[in-house]
Amino acid sequence: MNFSWSSLYLEFATVGLGLAILVADLWTPVEHKRKLGFAAAGGLLLLLLASFVPAWEPAPGASFGGMITMDPLALFFKRLFLAAGFVVALMTIEFAPQIKAGIAEYHTLQLMALAGMLFAASATDLSMMFVCLELITVSFYVLTSFQRGKTASLEAGVKYLIIGALSSGFLVFGIALVFGTSNSTRFQDIALKAPALIANKLFLAGLILVLGGFLFKIAAVPLHMWAPDVYQGAPAPTTALLSVGSKAAGFVLLVRWTFSVVPDVALKWEKLLLAIAGCTILYGSLCALPQRDLKRLLGYSSIANAGFLLLGVAAMTPAGSTAILFYLGTYAFAVLGIFTVITLLSGQQTSVDFNSLAGLSKRSPYMAACLTLCVVSLAGIPPLVGFTGKFLLIKSALEQGVSFTSYYALVGVALFGVVASFYYYFGLIRAAYWAPHNPSMPALPVSTLAGFGLGACAAAVVVLGIVPKPLLAAAEAAVKALRN
Amino acid sequence: MSLLTLIILLPLATAGLILAVPRNFRFGIRMLALASSALTMLLSLLLAARFDQAPEVDGFRFVQEWAWLPSLGIQFKLGVDGLNLGLIVMGAIVAFAAVCAAWEIRSERDKEFYVLLQVMAAGVLGAFASIDLFFFYFFHELALVPTFIMIGVWGSGPDKNYAAFKITLYLTAGALIALVGLILLYVQSGAKTFDWVALAKAVQAKPIPSGEQSTIFGLLLFGFGILVSLWPFHTWAPLGYGAAPTPAAMLHAGVLKKFGLYGLIRVGLPLLPEGAREWMPVLAILCLGNILHCGWVAMRQKDLGQLIGHSSVAHVGFIFLGIASLSIAGVAGAVMVMVAHGLLAALSFSLHGYFRHHVGSTDMTQLGGLLARMPLIGTLLIMAMMAGCGVPGFANFAGEALVLFGAWKTMPWFVVAAAWGALIIGAVYMLRGIRSILHGPVPAGFTSASDASLWRGFPMILLVACLLLLGCWPRLLLDRVRPGVERAVRIAGFQPQPGESRGRPGIGVRLPSLPGTEPRLAAQ
Repeated sequence: MNFSWSSLYLEFATVGLGLAILVADLWTPVEHKRKLGFAAAGGLLLLLLASFVPAWEPAPGASFGGMITMDPLALFFKRLFLAAGFVVALMTIEFAPQIKAGIAEYHTLQLMALAGMLFAASATDLSMMFVCLELITVSFYVLTSFQRGKTASLEAGVKYLIIGALSSGFLVFGIALVFGTSNSTRFQDIALKAPALIANKLFLAGLILVLGGFLFKIAAVPLHMWAPDVYQGAPAPTTALLSVGSKAAGFVLLVRWTFSVVPDVALKWEKLLLAIAGCTILYGSLCALPQRDLKRLLGYSSIANAGFLLLGVAAMTPAGSTAILFYLGTYAFAVLGIFTVITLLSGQQTSVDFNSLAGLSKRSPYMAACLTLCVVSLAGIPPLVGFTGKFLLIKSALEQGVSFTSYYALVGVALFGVVASFYYYFGLIRAAYWAPHNPSMPALPVSTLAGFGLGACAAAVVVLGIVPKPLLAAAEAAVKALRN
Repeated sequence: MSLLTLIILLPLATAGLILAVPRNFRFGIRMLALASSALTMLLSLLLAARFDQAPEVDGFRFVQEWAWLPSLGIQFKLGVDGLNLGLIVMGAIVAFAAVCAAWEIRSERDKEFYVLLQVMAAGVLGAFASIDLFFFYFFHELALVPTFIMIGVWGSGPDKNYAAFKITLYLTAGALIALVGLILLYVQSGAKTFDWVALAKAVQAKPIPSGEQSTIFGLLLFGFGILVSLWPFHTWAPLGYGAAPTPAAMLHAGVLKKFGLYGLIRVGLPLLPEGAREWMPVLAILCLGNILHCGWVAMRQKDLGQLIGHSSVAHVGFIFLGIASLSIAGVAGAVMVMVAHGLLAALSFSLHGYFRHHVGSTDMTQLGGLLARMPLIGTLLIMAMMAGCGVPGFANFAGEALVLFGAWKTMPWFVVAAAWGALIIGAVYMLRGIRSILHGPVPAGFTSASDASLWRGFPMILLVACLLLLGCWPRLLLDRVRPGVERAVRIAGFQPQPGESRGRPGIGVRLPSLPGTEPRLAAQ
């Protein structure tokens, strides 16, 4: 069995880092345990930087007999996961005082979930894909309910576990049907046999069930129900990683599976994908409107964003896939920035809602400004990068409208979603800048570490907005590799 | 770096610079903003002065281009022709006046206010200077968030929160509908570029099918129409401007609101001529809604801010009528009214802000007799009201007359209705405003109202001077507008109206006589 250390060192280094933190915890005094987070953040930053050094860039090629492939698509997502993991690790250091015990385990579980995402980006085999998704999901079961003293955290963990187990059931059943009809779990083999199986109902049923597994990961209708409760109940760093990493992992698998393994079937599912995208945008946008709790609001907006991303899937073109990758890159920085603010605020109060933001511009102008930049980027306003992301997605769908007018209806729904998103995103700016507040509330100091993470996210949405070319070029290269 | 690039980048650089200045250096921050906006205005005047001498590339001068996303055919491309020259100069003048008017807004958040004001100024100037449609949209949206925050934080009135959200949601919806239209244009043209010049060449070589043209024009009409407060999508405007701080209202009502009108002339008419023809009857009817309905509503207003807001929306109807005429005279008149309306709206909101800050009320039922106490402000208010009524000598008259002449051949009844709306309804609410505020006895609560110093009144005097200058010498603008309008109409292939003479095929059409306009605008 072929194995290339140079193409998989990011994954193994991440696993090693997690294990090292677990072991180091044994010799670390209680008062210094928080510092283990620096090791996690530092390690992930080093790995991220190493992936950009030409000599250290993971070597392309297949490993484990074709179960794992290192290609530009995988590398794009691995860098995204590592960047997200780094910011989440910084967030966790700030969050550590709220975790009574087991901070090292918390970091280790995050790193294991991250390793699952890194492997998932390369997975080219159904069994490998299932293992990766389970590694991610099982880690999140624990991470979600890590604050054992909090009922909301436990409730979120149970909800995630039950719905996650159901979706895993769908996925494994789908994999079984696909394997049963195609006699292989390798993407490459299934791709060769799929055209002949396109009329096979069992094969199609298997594909639908696999699609269900992906829809759960990305929190799309009809497997979206977990998102608001889990987002609200889970610790803030967990929610951040779930929102960015887990969603991106679902999309990398969905994109790879749909466009390189079963593209002919996907073409026949045009209407299904359009309907799912439209319903997801509508559901997420409408439900987000009345929300007051920030994490719950972000849970619904994450559903709406999954719908926007599905515009790119429904377009079924390289432009659509490029738009997905680009949008995920933009979405990650904005969401991580907002969750950093939530993490910092949650140090003072149990739940973070609109009232918690009141007076933020006075208490911490820096935090309010960074939050505004991230929120405005999510809403999709230039010059921030979120605008280019939404522009690319809408453009990719409109280009298909020439041949099938239902795309225009989907774009209409997307426009409604964008306008609705302005209402709830701009509500955050209103709360931070001019909502009635108690002037005697104390200033909110931002530690250097948190300030760095927050500033990095805000700077990323500005810089990538003004200079989007590198991110777009990386997305285009990744998609080109997918089509090859 | 061209002069045009400098005009856009200067406010942005100033915004960055102000961010770096410590918050307690209030005077320094204000002076920085004032110096920057004065310099921007001078540069824009220099641009206008050098316009004829600058080399022409594809019909544009001062062209500068940088590749931004070449794989998508998007470039940062700036250029000036007759259509946007007046708007850029007007925008820079209004931006300067807005910074002057901001002087009296004193809060502990001065720094943020001036940063947002500079970003907004860069957005409005960039939108008009961009000849790549992506950046055309990009710069317009850039000004959106500052507007929202400025109304929310520095706005006034019990409805400011509602107004901030309403204006933002309306403008977003309009802008997104227009964006879909622009993307469809990109797709349907087959040019795979957002460069206006390349798009124009592509649609000339191979016109977009008429059904698609109609769809795209419809999207642009309603998208841009919402941004310009086309009736019945106008309700955000009086409410938003009434609640906005004076500089934001001046910049938005004066300059940013012209974006949609400019978009229809720049994109809609030349690139989608068949779509334009199909939709023009609808536009003509809706613009009468602006002129008559909003004028009627303005008559019933008791608050000066609401009166100005509604009358501003009513005047926009004239610009739409000029566009709907599809004639060179009408479109040139529309551009003239756009510039005049921008200056007038900025002047009116500046006066409204003065009353709000220095008199303490804008309720016309409570005010009175202020002309004696405030001769300068009173005179400026009278001049603003006169300009709004369409009194000859002001730029508004020159533009509105051109619009009416341009529309007469094809839409005589619309012209009669519009003229009635402007002259009768307009005169009623404007004269009523003058009487309520400036004449009669001074109510007890306002006896201490003081007039503006020359320094405070300077930006308003500047705006009035511009209105008078263009009113008495419209050729100053119209001569430069002509090539751009002619090109837009030539690309569209609209035939000149019967009775209008034709020079070169499709261009050089004689414009109706106006004092000072004939010799240069007539057929060559």
